[in-house]
Amino acid sequence: MMSWCQLGFQDAGSYFMEEFIYFHDFTMMIILGVLSYVVVFLVLGLLSGWVDSGFVEGQLIEFMWTIFPALILIQIAFPSLLLLYLIEDFSKSFLVCKVIGHQWYWSYEIKTESSEILASVDCYMLPREGAFGMRLLLTDEFLMLPINVPVRILVTSDDVIHSWTLPSLGIKGDAVPGRLNQLNVTLSRKAMFYGQCSEICGANHSFMPVMLMGVTSPQFFMWLDRL
Amino acid sequence: MKWSGATNHKDIGTLYLLAGAWAGFVGAAMSVLIRLELAQCGSFLGNDQLYNVLVTAHAFVMIFFMVMPVLIGGFGNWLVPLMLGAPDMAFPRLNNLSFWFLMPSLLLLLLSGAVEAGAGTGWTVYPPLSAAGHAGSSVDFAIFSLHLAGVSSLLGAVNFISTIFNLRVFGMYLDLVPLFVWAVLLTAVLLLLSLPVLAGAITMLLTDRNLNSCFYDVSGGGDPILYQHLFWFFGHPEVYILILPGFGLISHIIAQETSKKEVFGVLGMIYAMASIGVLGFVVWAHHMFTVGLDTDTRAYFTSATMIIAVPTGIKIFSWVGTLYGSKPSYSPSFMWALGFIFLFTLGGLTGIVLSNSSLDIVLHDTYYVVAHFHYVLSMGAVFALLGSLIHWFPLFTGVTLNPVWAKAQFFTMFVGVNITFFPMHFLGLAGMPRRYADYPDFFFTWNMVASMGSIVSLVSILFLLFMIGEALGSHRCVLGSKSLNTSLELAHSCPPMTHSYSSCPSIYK
Repeated sequence: MMSWCQLGFQDAGSYFMEEFIYFHDFTMMIILGVLSYVVVFLVLGLLSGWVDSGFVEGQLIEFMWTIFPALILIQIAFPSLLLLYLIEDFSKSFLVCKVIGHQWYWSYEIKTESSEILASVDCYMLPREGAFGMRLLLTDEFLMLPINVPVRILVTSDDVIHSWTLPSLGIKGDAVPGRLNQLNVTLSRKAMFYGQCSEICGANHSFMPVMLMGVTSPQFFMWLDRL
Repeated sequence: MKWSGATNHKDIGTLYLLAGAWAGFVGAAMSVLIRLELAQCGSFLGNDQLYNVLVTAHAFVMIFFMVMPVLIGGFGNWLVPLMLGAPDMAFPRLNNLSFWFLMPSLLLLLLSGAVEAGAGTGWTVYPPLSAAGHAGSSVDFAIFSLHLAGVSSLLGAVNFISTIFNLRVFGMYLDLVPLFVWAVLLTAVLLLLSLPVLAGAITMLLTDRNLNSCFYDVSGGGDPILYQHLFWFFGHPEVYILILPGFGLISHIIAQETSKKEVFGVLGMIYAMASIGVLGFVVWAHHMFTVGLDTDTRAYFTSATMIIAVPTGIKIFSWVGTLYGSKPSYSPSFMWALGFIFLFTLGGLTGIVLSNSSLDIVLHDTYYVVAHFHYVLSMGAVFALLGSLIHWFPLFTGVTLNPVWAKAQFFTMFVGVNITFFPMHFLGLAGMPRRYADYPDFFFTWNMVASMGSIVSLVSILFLLFMIGEALGSHRCVLGSKSLNTSLELAHSCPPMTHSYSSCPSIYK
């Protein structure tokens, strides 16, 4: 969940998001380094004092400032691609959750790999007035998923393109009509996770939030039975 | 009569500058309305479709009616023939047509907002929202507006390419062509190759909306993702079209204001711009990392996008290198160029963060993206635009601006845009999505800060308007230029004579 005056990412709720946060820290370190280089040399250049109008080329330095950035980019690309293949390398998950976007609410259908749909639920945003502090984030029903269980999430849409996301879990998938997009997530803690629709979908685009609760497996099955 | 049938490149350039300035104020007004809505929690405008229409129109107006007309149409038309030693553009009447096509185009765009419910789709106009999701004629008007703007730019591109290849003075081989002319040439080639794809994509959208075709309609066997591929195949070169002329102008400003005869590493600069242009065509899907592309595809686009950082870095380092051994003049236009170097670098670096398809999953369609592109546009393209305006204003008009006020205006704008867009990085990291009319209370602080900043920027550009009016009224005539003879465009009188060259200039090594 986000906090007031937040500067960085939300606390991670899945292993992949933790890795994203580390990767972002690493990339930030590099880009702050590059920015500092540019600023320092810019200022030193203005203060340099010597004048030589013939200083218009330098083969060695130009070679260096072509090669070094390329090496730095490779340094960034390695972990980036490693992460990409890591998150897409999914094992068998027994639990499948189908997410369907509508104008302007989300609906979920839970099933296992080999069963029929066990439960389905529609989640409409609660009215803005009176939601006090959690305005625009609360829905009347919400999704519950068991923690430490790999879940396969299939996202699609009923009408226009939406996007289902939970920033603290590091997942986002566009809900495109006629298409099933797969997300793989394993919740690592019992908590409430919030997200909001992330693809413009009409007048109430700002008002179709995502609420997900991470619970123990027994609690998850109790919830399924209730639905 | 002189203005409706203008064929002089200087007149047409002036027309573009004036039209672009007017549209710039329209776009700025829309941006202020957007920030007013977001300055507080809850609803200000009371109509979220209207908010979406404003966001869409803000982008279209700024891109197609401000940045492109001013940089390519305004500065391109004014400076390219002067810098080449050519009497005019290759096709003067086509030049005029390109300008006047923008008028009905802007009218159609504004009409699209005025009729029915407006086009609240974002400037990307994705179906099905823009097809089945927007009944009524608004999106059709917007599509026709884009058709006309596209034709205008396409014909202009043909004109620039013909001029630059054929009307150079004898002795001006391609490696002696000034950097701004190179930038315009590359921009024109990008326009030539990418605009037809946009035209195709939006025409298919038009037929989907009106003639029952199903290019993007799933129920007929179509695919909304096709539109996204086609749009971004245009859309990515488009953003390089927006920045390349700015690169050229900054090179000129830095070279002239530091009394160097040229920037550091001219050949490197030319190759860098050409590489950026070519690479810009093979990276489009980094705008589509969350639509469900294949993993290997995402890996390719991540890597290809990162490669573009290398030529861009070469340019930044070369500009910094030009400052060494120079005598900086600290004039207002020099300050704009310095601001450009610093802030464009920052924007480019956040682009590197976004190019990682893994990390982009968390940042896609959040305010981090908004921060990134406003840094490279509002502080890249617009700084280049305003700096060039200040720099060449004496040439175009024959009178000078107040330099003290110009510096104050620079500082106000610098402070304003940074206060507006820096907090958006925080909002994006925290998870605030784009194109939102209202947000959870947690996002209030940075949104309020950003809205304050937008008012500061507004004051700055209003002050610029006043400065220009004062300059024209006070009539401080230009006595001469203190630039070196490598800047051919400044060897003219201010303003240049109607027929700038009565005979061909000669080139000496």
